[in-house]
Amino acid sequence: MSGLTRLTIAEARDGLRSRKFSARELTGAHNEAVVRSGPLNAFITATPERALEMAAAADARLARGDGLPLDGIPLAIKDLFCTKGVLTTAASHILDGFTPPYESTVTEKLWAAGAVMLGKTNLDEFAMGSSTTTSHYGPTENPWRRAGDNRPLVPGGSSGGSAAAVAARAAMGATGTDTGGSIRQPASFCGIVGLKPTYGRCSRWGVVAFASSLDHPGPMTRTVRDAAIMLRAMAGHDPKDSTSAPVPVPDFEAALTGDIRGLRVGIPRDHAGAGDLSSGNAALWQSGIDWLKDAGAEPVEISLPTTHVALPAYYVIAPAEASSNLARYDGVKFGLRVDGESLDDMYEKTRAAGFGPEVRRRIMIGTYVLSAGYYDAYYLKAQRVRTLIARDFAAAFERCDCILTPTAPTAPFAIGEKSDDPVAMYLNDIFTVSSDLAGLPAISVPAGLSEGLPAGLQIIGRGFDEETVLRVAGVLESAAAFTHLPSFVAGE
Amino acid sequence: MALDKATVARIATLARIRLSDDELEPLAAELSGILDWVEQLMAVDTDGVPPMTSVAEMTLPMRDDVVTDGGDRDGVLGNAPRAAKGFFAVPKVVE
Repeated sequence: MSGLTRLTIAEARDGLRSRKFSARELTGAHNEAVVRSGPLNAFITATPERALEMAAAADARLARGDGLPLDGIPLAIKDLFCTKGVLTTAASHILDGFTPPYESTVTEKLWAAGAVMLGKTNLDEFAMGSSTTTSHYGPTENPWRRAGDNRPLVPGGSSGGSAAAVAARAAMGATGTDTGGSIRQPASFCGIVGLKPTYGRCSRWGVVAFASSLDHPGPMTRTVRDAAIMLRAMAGHDPKDSTSAPVPVPDFEAALTGDIRGLRVGIPRDHAGAGDLSSGNAALWQSGIDWLKDAGAEPVEISLPTTHVALPAYYVIAPAEASSNLARYDGVKFGLRVDGESLDDMYEKTRAAGFGPEVRRRIMIGTYVLSAGYYDAYYLKAQRVRTLIARDFAAAFERCDCILTPTAPTAPFAIGEKSDDPVAMYLNDIFTVSSDLAGLPAISVPAGLSEGLPAGLQIIGRGFDEETVLRVAGVLESAAAFTHLPSFVAGE
Repeated sequence: MALDKATVARIATLARIRLSDDELEPLAAELSGILDWVEQLMAVDTDGVPPMTSVAEMTLPMRDDVVTDGGDRDGVLGNAPRAAKGFFAVPKVVE
């Protein structure tokens, strides 16, 4: 049966339940698409046999009429989630050969909901990057190309393999993680939906840690409805993550009413001159305002005065946490070991060989800002600025119900561009990083083409109000009617 | 904030990452560039503002002090680059 890889998760769910096709057929079509997606380098590890076994189990349940919420839906998993018995790399040389003896909570929940694992997707090493070019396993290519220009473009990052796989129809959805924008910016660059939930909504247990106070697992899909379906399965309190929120998980799909009449949409005017917002993305932002207004929402000008220093604050806090989290890679318990004369010699040689340049840079920055004499000046200063950013949002949400911004300042750039200037690369996250620092839910929705390439708009909501975020995103999605396909499609 | 080679070497030692001499100069320039950009933070008035320690407004949950997991030595050692007699094996640290 052809066309199976073009379905949305919601459509596939209906087709499986009405037995139009089997989970094995659906998974078989996606296993083939994963193979055809090879030129993108979106996957580090494919797991076709396991996928077919999981699909067969789903078929048995569906035949009995007791199908699970995600039964038979083939998904890709960012290779930052530990998967029991399946190589988990974080795209780093230092995790060579690491096969977790346990499963992350989020993936465990997805499998318990009947989903099927197609494989593990590529990312920036330890999720540190905005281009999926720092992977030990080589860069991932964006399935989109500029018109009349054959240079491969970055898919964004760090969840670039997941974004490319979903955009190229090699997976129906994927997991991502967002620390500074790593779900939303690649979603924008690849023309898909990416949802970063509220901090604490999805458990971090079993997700390789980058910056623990900022890491947010979330879904990446082709539609807003699919993001709502996946999030419901991924979310929920987990006693194994002490920052996991003990709050009930709503039926996010039920929030997609399409009715946003009277809703106040905040437009942060201080973002207009921020970074190097391209004229194309600025025009799409204006379209987004018009669409929401046409649907009965009320645009409200707001101010987020501290967010202009959100990125520098992030580049103190995230490296500080990373330098601490990555201390565990010492050549003793797992992964790479380079032998040395002494224990310290082994540590130093192992870590020199195992970490790539960007990870090394961030560990060094983090070590410096936490070191004696600099802790107050850098680390505590950044944490105070973080408080101010959270207060900015709290004040804004007294005047509005959600906030609309561009997701990324520009269209996707070519592989190799911006790689010689770390700060230029960091500026990709200028619109996404504030909601990570404040822990607020935010989504990127494909809004149109800018320079012939996809660009997303972002909706930020109040803590634990993913429902409003999804509802507004659904309206944006309908108005934008983004039906463009990338130049490279792996699915039939 | 310009970092000199000696400072970069000291950070590398603290971070347990071996650097060769010819890596120090370029890394000092890169790290100084990032720290210069971070300096913008110093212009923000944060007098009387408490540092944020967590976005989640919750106290850490308590649980009963009982064993919830364990007894899987082979699983724990399964990924070790070197293990011996049920332990992680490392270079000799005591003469």
